[in-house]
Formats: sequence, structure tokens, C-alpha cells
Amino acid sequence: MNAPEPTLTPNRMTYREASKQALREALLSDPRVFLMGEDIGRYGGCYAVTKGLLEEFGEERIRDTPLSESAFVGAGVGTAMAGMRPIVEIMTVNFSLLALDQILNNAVTIPHMSGGQFAIPLVIRMATGGGRRVAAQHSRSLEGWYAHIPGLRVLTPATVEDARFMLKGALADPNPVIIFEHVMLYNMEGDFPSDMKEVDIARAKVRRAGRDVSLITYGGSLFKALQAADALSSEGIDAEVIDLRTLRPLDTKTIIDSVARTRRCIIIDEGWRSGSISAEVGMRIAEEAFFELDAPLRRVCSREAPIPYAAHLEDACLPQAATIVAVARELIRPS
Amino acid sequence: MNDFKMPALGADMEAGTLVEWLVKPGDRVKSGDVIAVVETQKGAIEVEVFAEGVVSDILIPVGERVPVGTVLAQIDGAGVAPLPVEPAIVAPKPAPQALAEAPPKPTVAPQVSRRKITPAARRRAVALSLDLETIVKGTGVEGSIRLADVEAAASVARPAPPLTRRGLDLSQMRQAIAAAMSRSKREIPHYYLAETVDLHLSLTWLEAFNADRPPIERILPAVLFLKAAALALREQSKLNGAYENGVFLPAAGIHVGWAIALRGGGLIAPAIRDTDKKTLVELMAAMRDLVERARRGNLRSSELTSPTITVTSVGDRGAESVTGVIYPPQVAIVGFGRVATRPWAVEGRVESRPLVTVSLAADHRVTDGHIGGLYLAAVARLLQEPEKL
Repeated sequence: MNAPEPTLTPNRMTYREASKQALREALLSDPRVFLMGEDIGRYGGCYAVTKGLLEEFGEERIRDTPLSESAFVGAGVGTAMAGMRPIVEIMTVNFSLLALDQILNNAVTIPHMSGGQFAIPLVIRMATGGGRRVAAQHSRSLEGWYAHIPGLRVLTPATVEDARFMLKGALADPNPVIIFEHVMLYNMEGDFPSDMKEVDIARAKVRRAGRDVSLITYGGSLFKALQAADALSSEGIDAEVIDLRTLRPLDTKTIIDSVARTRRCIIIDEGWRSGSISAEVGMRIAEEAFFELDAPLRRVCSREAPIPYAAHLEDACLPQAATIVAVARELIRPS
Repeated sequence: MNDFKMPALGADMEAGTLVEWLVKPGDRVKSGDVIAVVETQKGAIEVEVFAEGVVSDILIPVGERVPVGTVLAQIDGAGVAPLPVEPAIVAPKPAPQALAEAPPKPTVAPQVSRRKITPAARRRAVALSLDLETIVKGTGVEGSIRLADVEAAASVARPAPPLTRRGLDLSQMRQAIAAAMSRSKREIPHYYLAETVDLHLSLTWLEAFNADRPPIERILPAVLFLKAAALALREQSKLNGAYENGVFLPAAGIHVGWAIALRGGGLIAPAIRDTDKKTLVELMAAMRDLVERARRGNLRSSELTSPTITVTSVGDRGAESVTGVIYPPQVAIVGFGRVATRPWAVEGRVESRPLVTVSLAADHRVTDGHIGGLYLAAVARLLQEPEKL
């Protein structure tokens, strides 16, 4: 997705492979790191991210768990308190609700309530999003909910580069971090510079520079926004695409700087519109860049309904590049 | 929270340009404070606020022209009971038997919808001193005026009118007079009466009154006319008020609009509040102050909105009689011609006497000539007892 530096040899791999390589690097570089989750060992992970790691690292470090999110996330909290560096996989965000008590009441709160005596350097990975025809209970995008919680860092790698290197930053954080991997990204291929060692996890990034409108998005909607930007450029509309990357804490400056340049903004968020991260981003723009605006703020979000199973209905429900194009066109050249 | 709105400074005003804010958010204001200056066809008018509280938000920036009724600022009462705008006109209480009928609707300026202007466009227009009214149509979302429209308008290099000018535009005022007088002649069925009044007693008394006073404290005959016209209204209150939407609304007080001719042409009739209750000395001072400020283009909003009747006195250089045109929505105008010395029959003899022709033009929808005649008779009578004025 990113053009590599011309002088460097590009590394090219899938998002799934990049995620696996990130886990391998963590396991190899720190003996305190271990993996826990449902079907991550023998089965290789429900999205095959951990395939082969059991053979390479053994049962001590690649631990299949019972079907109890509360229990194994709780174990992650406990081992993190005890000095380990657990990386817990929850199959999808939909099932993380069973572990919400551990995440919110323990992982996030213990460092505060212990007066800083306990750090919880816990990393939780989970898949998120729709588009795979797996119906309402497996297709939600609830990362915006997690971004509501102070004390949590919420990462949404949307590129191979971020899938490869964000984990390192997450492990270095003494506080709990959740990494959301969008299910439609695992098979995507991308490049990154071969000498790249890390990425920052604090800032949003301009993935495509443009003058006319800012498309602000993250995760699985990034590639749709980039497709929309390509389509718009053929119409003479120069769209800038901002990848939020970190939903909490939000990098407001990058957002505001972009909107101050383009003066128009569309926020693309696969979450439901009401009370979403798109609402937060929009409000920050209203608070901090109101006088820069030359058009109303716009959003492209999921329809406010359970995500349907049928393909045509699911497609209609989720943000799509064509919708983004239509909304941008109407902002810039109202009919 | 009270809305401070663009006032209608006359029947003909549709929009005004905000030229100066005299307060900023956080300032405490009380009823009667002048907080803004608005440019109208009648010059720059100081606009008073009729609420008490703290200015919480200024919504319209300097330089912007907005329709009457647009909210200009918000005043946070913060527990302070809002003082209602003291109505110059009091709606009649519905008669008990008329309860079934809807009460007459209070007359309010029609709410004109705001033009949609993007924040960026608004700010750029201020920076470019561009009058947004010059942009006829926006090309943005929902027809909004956006940056590109402002820049296109600015590139036409149309010189924008100076935004902070305070003063009079006589050609604009001509248009305002034309609109108001045309409306008056179109809508108001005038009837006209006149009465010649002997001023011998008045002027003799006035001469004695002025004799031992320095020039600055002396009173002009016009002040006697003004006071007599005002006092006579106490007897004929149906000439004092407004006719709107088919209903006569008698005024609570007598606030005579005093017609002032402006140098270079133009006319304005700001109110002298409670004219009937002021002494002659006070009226003289009020008149001087009004004339001076009217000619500078420096009147206050309440002075333009509160007249309940108009009185015009043509002075030494005027004609012998004047027959006025009512300023809507008022229902009468009283005219005093030039004081001229003429033969006058007194107790069977012809004497040389200073005479003035007092005229009344009144709205026939509200009163008939009988009322008008009684009114002129009262004026004439009052002018025979100047010491009581």
C-alpha cells in the first residue's frame, strides 16, 4: 500500500504473515512473552495467524485455552501483574464482551487502584469487522467502544507495515493495549522497507496526500478510502486519506492539520454511527477546526442494524468505496 | 438566555449591517446599554439591549449584513429575570365576549432564514472586507456560500463598501423615505384638518421667559408646539399609537417623533420619550441633542422604533402650512407651519398677530375628523396658556 523507499529492497507479505512475524519476533526477543487463546496452538488460530508457532515455540509459550474469554483474559491480567508479557488472542471482538469485566474492571483499573504498584503490560489481539458473510454475531466493529476507556491503548493496524511492527510498540507499553485486526485485511499483501524495525504507535498517518477533502478512517475501511480516493482523482477531486492507526489516544493534531488544509472532511468508520469513534473525531474537528471548515462534516458508517448474513445485504450495510465517492462528490460539487 | 436581535429600525428596514460591537463575550450588560452599532439606511444607529445579564456569545461578526430578526448575540440572564422590551405600543385587552376569537397576533418581524455560509468562507470574507450580500448564490452544500464563492467574488475586485463607516448615506436614506412614504400613501387613508392659532400669548410669555437667560438656555417656539401637541394627545389618545394588521394598538406613553431635516436632504423623526411629561427646558435640551446626533448619523435604536406620533415644525424658513404624510405604522402626524404676522380679528378689532397654522393628517381607519378637530382645538387652547406647558 505504501510505496517503499526506492533505495531499499521491499519486503512483501500478507497482513496475516506480518502479524505472525510480529509475534515470532516478540517470542524470540523476550522470554517473558507467551501467547494464549482459543485454538491458537494446534489449530493455528481461527484466522491462521499463529499457524506453526506451537511447533516452533512449544506448549509452554503457545497455550490453547478453554472456551472462556473471561478466564483466559483474566489469566492474562494476572500473569501481566506477575511480570510476564502475555499476548492474548480473542477470536473476534464479538466474543470479547465476555471478557469485558476483566478488561475494564481489572486490566485498566488495577494500575490506577493500586496507586501504580501494579502495571498490566497485557496485549490483547482480536479480529474485528464484517465482510466475510459470517452474520451478525461475528461481524461487528466494536473498537469504538474500547476507545471510550481511559487507560487503554487501542491500535488498529490497517497496513502490512503496521501489522508487522505495532505489536512491538504495544509490548513496550506498560499498560493494557488492544490490537484490532480487521478480518478483511489478513489476505492483503503489502510492502515495507526491509530495514524497518519499528513504527510509532502514537500518531495518525497521511496515507495519501490531497487538497480537496480529508477521508479520515482506520482499520478495514482504509483500503476502501484509498480506492475511493483513486476513483475521485479520475474526476479531478484530490482526496487526502488519513489513517488514524490509534483510536485511543487519538492523534487530534494530524486530524486537525489535515482538515485545516482541505477544509472538508468525511469520516469513514465501520462502527455504527451513533456514539461511534467517528462521532468523537467529528466532534474534535468541530471543537478545534470549526473556522477552517468549508463544508458540513460528513460520515460514512455502517447502517444501524445487526450486520446481515446475505452478501448483498451485508455489502449494503457496510461502508463501501462507492458510497465514499458519492459523499465526497456531493461535498465538493453539490448537484 | 436572551436573544439580542437585529432590530427593525423603521417600517421599511429589512436588513442592517453590524459595524461595531461595543461589548465582548463575558461583558455584563443592563437594560438600556448601547452594545452595538448597526448601519442602516438611516445612518449608523446605536442599538440598545433590553435584557440584563452577561454577553455569552456574539454570533454575527462586524461587517456582516443580516436580515431584521437575526440573532446577533446572546445574553445569558443567569438568574436575572429578563426585562421585556418596554413596548411602545400596548395590545388592547380582548373584550370578554370576544374570548372565543383569537387575540390579535403581536406583530413581529418575519423570521428570515439565515443564509448558509461556511465558517471558512465567513472568516475569509471578513479578512477580504467582502460584503457577503454581494454573493447572490452559493455553490456549496445546500446552496451554502463557501470559500470558492468568496474568493470568486473578491477577485471581481468589486470595491466593498467601507465596513466601519459611521454616518449617513443620503441616497440610501432617500430610498428609505421613498419606501415608507409610498407605503403610507398606498395603505393609509389620510384625512386632513388645519387650524390657525394666535401665538400672541405664547410668544409674549416666551420672550419674558428667555429674557434673562443666556442664549444656550433659551427656548424656541417649536418647543411650545411640541409640548402642546404632546399634551393634547392625552385628551385624544386614539391619535397616539400604531395601526398594524388591521388593529389599532394605542400606545402606553406619548413619545413624539420629532421630524429633523438633514443637511443635504433627508429626514428623520426620532422619538423624544415621554414628551408630555418633560419640562420645556428638558424638551429643548432633548431636541438639541437629537438634532445634533441625527445630523451626525448617531441615533439610538430605541429612538427610531419608539415614536408613537410624529410632529413636524417647519421653522422660520418654511412654508406657512404643512400637511404631513403619516409615517407607518403611526396613525397621525401634526404639522406646524411658519409663524407669520397677519391681521387677526380680536374682540371686534383687527390686530397684527403672530399666527401659526397647525395641521393634522390622521388615519381614517382609526379616527374620524371629529376626533381630529377636537385634538387641534386642544392644541390651540394649550398654546393660549403657555405658562402651563
